[in-house]
Amino acid sequence: MRGWFLPLAVVLGFVFLYAPIVSLVVFSFNDSRLVTVWGGVSTRWYGELLRDRQIINAAWISLQVAFYSATLATIIGTLGAFVLTRFSKFTGRLVLTAMITAPLVMPEVITGLSLLLLFVSMEQMVGWPAGRGMPTVVIAHTTFCAAFVAVIAQSRLRSMDDSLEEAARDLGAGPVRVFFDVTLPVIAPALVAGWLLAFTLSLDDLVIASFVSGPGASTLPMVIFSKIRLGVSPDVNALATIIIGFVLIAVVIAGWLMRRAMRKGL
Amino acid sequence: MSAGNALTRSAPWRGTAWAMGKLGISGRTLVIAIPMLWLLVFFLAPFFVLGRISLAEAIIARPPYTPLFERGPDGSLQIIASLENYRFLLEDALYRNAYLSSIRIALVSTIFALLIGYPIAYYIARAPEPKRSLLLLMVILPFWTSFLLRVYAWMGFLRSNGVINNTLISLGLIDSPIQMMQTDFAVYIGIVYTYLPFMILPLYANLTKLDGALLEAAADLGASPMVTFFTVTLPLSLPGIVAGSMLVFIPAIGEYVIPALLGGPDTLMIGRVLWDEFFGSRDWPVASAVAIVMLFLVVAPIMWLQSVQNRREEG
Amino acid sequence: MAQPAGACETKPWRSEAAKPFISVRNIVKQFGDFTAVANVDLDIYKGELFCLLGESGCGKSTLLRMLAGFEHPTSGTITIDGENMARVPPDRRPTNMMFQSYALFPHMSVEKNVAYGLLREGLPRAEAYARAGEMLRMVKLEKLARRKPDQLSGGQRQRVALARALVKKPKLLLLDEPLGALDKKLREETQFELIKIQESLGVTFIVVTHDQDEAMTLATRIGVMKDGVIEQIGEPREIYETPNSRFVADFIGSVNLFEGKIDAAAPDLMRIETQDLGAVLLPPQSGLTLGQPVWGAVRPERFALSRAKPETAPNAWHGVVEEMGYIGHMSHYRIRLANGVLIRASQSNRLRDEDPISWDEKVWISVQPSAFRVLTR
Repeated sequence: MRGWFLPLAVVLGFVFLYAPIVSLVVFSFNDSRLVTVWGGVSTRWYGELLRDRQIINAAWISLQVAFYSATLATIIGTLGAFVLTRFSKFTGRLVLTAMITAPLVMPEVITGLSLLLLFVSMEQMVGWPAGRGMPTVVIAHTTFCAAFVAVIAQSRLRSMDDSLEEAARDLGAGPVRVFFDVTLPVIAPALVAGWLLAFTLSLDDLVIASFVSGPGASTLPMVIFSKIRLGVSPDVNALATIIIGFVLIAVVIAGWLMRRAMRKGL
Repeated sequence: MSAGNALTRSAPWRGTAWAMGKLGISGRTLVIAIPMLWLLVFFLAPFFVLGRISLAEAIIARPPYTPLFERGPDGSLQIIASLENYRFLLEDALYRNAYLSSIRIALVSTIFALLIGYPIAYYIARAPEPKRSLLLLMVILPFWTSFLLRVYAWMGFLRSNGVINNTLISLGLIDSPIQMMQTDFAVYIGIVYTYLPFMILPLYANLTKLDGALLEAAADLGASPMVTFFTVTLPLSLPGIVAGSMLVFIPAIGEYVIPALLGGPDTLMIGRVLWDEFFGSRDWPVASAVAIVMLFLVVAPIMWLQSVQNRREEG
Repeated sequence: MAQPAGACETKPWRSEAAKPFISVRNIVKQFGDFTAVANVDLDIYKGELFCLLGESGCGKSTLLRMLAGFEHPTSGTITIDGENMARVPPDRRPTNMMFQSYALFPHMSVEKNVAYGLLREGLPRAEAYARAGEMLRMVKLEKLARRKPDQLSGGQRQRVALARALVKKPKLLLLDEPLGALDKKLREETQFELIKIQESLGVTFIVVTHDQDEAMTLATRIGVMKDGVIEQIGEPREIYETPNSRFVADFIGSVNLFEGKIDAAAPDLMRIETQDLGAVLLPPQSGLTLGQPVWGAVRPERFALSRAKPETAPNAWHGVVEEMGYIGHMSHYRIRLANGVLIRASQSNRLRDEDPISWDEKVWISVQPSAFRVLTR
């Protein structure tokens, strides 16, 4: 692993990781409709993208779904993690342990199909949910995102000094107060990370949404998929570039916030 | 100097605390119930529905499957369940081949991801600090952009008139484009590309823990760098290799998007078969049966393997 | 400080009539198959600074956590100031605890940490912060009230933890290795500060520690624990001078142990026949019978070393200095007797210009009968 081999492997690895993304961005400014043939610099695809109501609508739906799912998943995942790390004995502990991490290894097609069948059966039996749309997508995304939040929250709760919670108890706080005064503020950074991950996962999901979504509630990945299934399309390049831009800005801001927090001695 | 009786001092708050303590018992149940009920209804229950519908028959109706119970002519309840769908899966070679080829594709991709990811993880783990964080960020960064668009990027790369072919032709290395899209090769690339960070991160986490003194000790005892790598580094990084490989293999096996976009018509993967059965043929019962078999053939062994591994780590 | 009138007033445990403030009766704690605390009885009196001393895993922390209410005893009762603690949760006990990790809330300022317990009592904010400020003055941290815990040094954090636990004026303060995280020098200074604070507030302290020097310095009484059992309870001097077992003798300070049998007993003198030293003369001790197997214990500093044979000593042996370690105020010796037995002895270095006994010298080693302690277990 010495000498030329290692650096070469690393450089090639990063080229492999970034070349497709770079070409995606470059060709989003291509004037030609043939995505991979250069026809001069232009921003026409950005204009076309912004005029595409379908994409704008889908993006708005996706953002809403991601926001609600991430928030619900954070609540459920945190509660699940809290219960599993802090309550040593209760009925159904084993079942909860299995259920909370199982979505991590469950293929999306199975999750999507089984949830759709559940929704259809529930509609038949109890009349809810009436049809499928944003609420059913939010429920589905919450379920699989909660698993990721739970894993993050669980590792933070485990590494947290037990005596912090005991100290609050000792100083006269009841169990509910201890949770809000001590546990929650201490694990808050992990929960923010969990929320962001859940948000990204929800925004990214195509398969589960395709199963459980209904008419009028197509998410952004669903619209993109139906477009690119037929072949490359330059306005998708423009969309990709915008998303990459957002991610870059978010990373820079996060990095700046982290550095500031570190300077403050946190 | 007495501190006063804890119960009489500041009685109102103590009263509330007492009430909360009382509530704590039911509150505890409530806290357990929220995640428990959610997962029972939206995670566990769906599998029972899935199992039930896999025993039904497809009909043209809404919903497109026969009910499990039916009132007979005399008003008695009859259970209509058939294993017809499972027999169908067993008899049609398509499904068997799809299962096998899913495992093969996932396995090959995992091996490639390991071969590409290991040197990168090793290099990052040995890099000095500011550089290390930057490289690590560069590995994670693509993961935050849309998965679908990253697969799409490869479509533009691998097409017959895509970036690679155009470059090779203009360099005069080939005369006519190489068929790369719609092949298993493209699927391997797509999977490796998508899941590479999942391979690198656990490997990196493992390799940073490797004590540099061990390598020095091996060198001191006369091992060449090559021998040191194969006798010290590699065996010690085995847990990282296993973790990374699982993180690539598990999602790869049920993958739908990558074979659908990059693979050819003959790239069989079970996730894609299920999707087509559901959206294409609209045969919900057969799709359910495919899912159930997938659950037992693929997911159950993985979950078992993971629980064994967890137990070993705890023990 | 007024001079105490009598020993019984400052040392209530010496009086039969004194009523204990905290009483622990037949406490057992089991974790599955493992018994952490096995049937402990303990009485602690008001204003005491009691140290539970033992190695890690001896059950001392579990006992402390049961007093605080974090663990429920498998059986037995704990009474604090006449009140049975069985069903009282930690947040309603008249005890406060100083944690080994200090457990300062990382997201709250020093001031907020200290005021937290008062606010939970329902004190108005202004009053709670005023009292927190007072407490911080007492531990000399008033200038750092606005800082977060991670901006403090280890010693400062320790004082915040102490202030936070004391500000509620608990009936009983529980301290889990309070000085464990400090370096040696700071630890010594802090020991005396802790005693001063304890005396001025009159709060009863129970300190858990594995450090025998710390226990000896701090404690009014020490309870030595081993395997979930309290081996001996006594004042530091008692524990050192009259240990009741080989374990305690060896755990506190160092000791030479000689196995033997009671050989003869006269009203004024007793003799044990030991394998290592032959016959040893010592003052009589009650409760022993002829022929009983016993151990004679002698602290190293009780031995006298001389080049010439001592004239009056009844117990004297001849040997060679095999090892010697000079550590300033003392020198430690290992002396090999003619029969091969190795004895640890130490001498304090009083004079600057004396000619010290050194390696390979032949020396006489002697000990007064009263320096022996006879142990039966």
